[in-house]
Amino acid sequence: MAEPTVTLKVTRYRPGKDSAPTLQSYSVPYRQDWVVLDALNHIKDQIDGTLSYRWSCRMGVCGSCGMMVNGVPKLTCAAFLRDYHGQEIRVEPLVNFPIIRDLVIDMNDFMDKLKSVKSWLVRKVEKPVTEGEYRQTPAELEKFHQFTQCINCMLCYAACPVYGLEPEFLGPAAIALAYRYNMDSRDQGRDQRQELLGSHHGVWECTFVGECSEVCPKHVDPAAAIQRSKVDLAKDWFKSMLLPWGTR
Amino acid sequence: MNGTAVRPDKSKLYYPKMPRTWWLQKPAYLLFMLRELSSVFIAIFLIVFLVQIYQLTKGPEAYAAFVQKLSSPGWILFHIVALLFAVYHSVTWFESTAVVMPIKLGERELPRQLVFAVNIGAWIAVSAAILILFLALRS
Repeated sequence: MAEPTVTLKVTRYRPGKDSAPTLQSYSVPYRQDWVVLDALNHIKDQIDGTLSYRWSCRMGVCGSCGMMVNGVPKLTCAAFLRDYHGQEIRVEPLVNFPIIRDLVIDMNDFMDKLKSVKSWLVRKVEKPVTEGEYRQTPAELEKFHQFTQCINCMLCYAACPVYGLEPEFLGPAAIALAYRYNMDSRDQGRDQRQELLGSHHGVWECTFVGECSEVCPKHVDPAAAIQRSKVDLAKDWFKSMLLPWGTR
Repeated sequence: MNGTAVRPDKSKLYYPKMPRTWWLQKPAYLLFMLRELSSVFIAIFLIVFLVQIYQLTKGPEAYAAFVQKLSSPGWILFHIVALLFAVYHSVTWFESTAVVMPIKLGERELPRQLVFAVNIGAWIAVSAAILILFLALRS
């Protein structure tokens, strides 16, 4: 009996050769335990070695293999073929990003934004390593733990129409990470981040579509981080109005 | 390495454009747009309401004439649509309350569904109280 197959329609864009991306069909074996990434690897290995895409860990941790699967941003290493049984599977690069080639997007804009919010511990004065680690209680960790789960897969950017319409918008993951560090008891860089979060391209551009949280494979809930940052910024503003002489 | 990221040649990138119909691509986007649109209907309702109060200051006849105008099928339809939009907007508002302001009871964060249910319960109770007061004043 012939092996069951599934059709993958995959975006092809070869710079210098194509003026616009097109969809190319590939027939691959249908296997219950295969994910979309397995099917792409099969194409690359057996059918068409020129297909380009990113992947790394294959276990939902590195965030490299994010693509649009039937119009939804997904980690292709976690999108099982069996969940699309009987359907054609359309695999496209993450939307809202420029395409470098085939399924590979240019992520530099996101990387710049991630850097701009200082997504690391900022200390006014660094203490030497010999003095030991910055200690934290479990309760203090709990305040931001959920937001540490971000794997920078950028699915939230592909789900966010505001980012699609206003590429200057800081976007869900960068704001979620800024919030994560603001909530960290060991961090002292809140004022620096708040300036950026409160700027024209910061949190106020978000109209709370909420799809960023829906597609997040790690349940980080960037939409919540953005809305809570809005509340924090509003509180800061009232404080600066009522207590202009005091520090925040 | 000087720490500078490798940048692709911009002239070789393809910049996809967001279609004007992006909000029709997913039910969630459509619901979002409807939530945004609801504010237009609520704003019109408020303007009509303010005009109604203004008519009240001009005497019972002017007020009765205005109310008569509002009883036309077009205005009744508008008010039904505005009411549906107001209910939808309020429900989504209460849904987002728990997201925006999580409530902690001791160490634990209250489940979002519970916060939503309490908000909806309070909303229904206040609405019922206003309705009872209105009916009591009329009789």
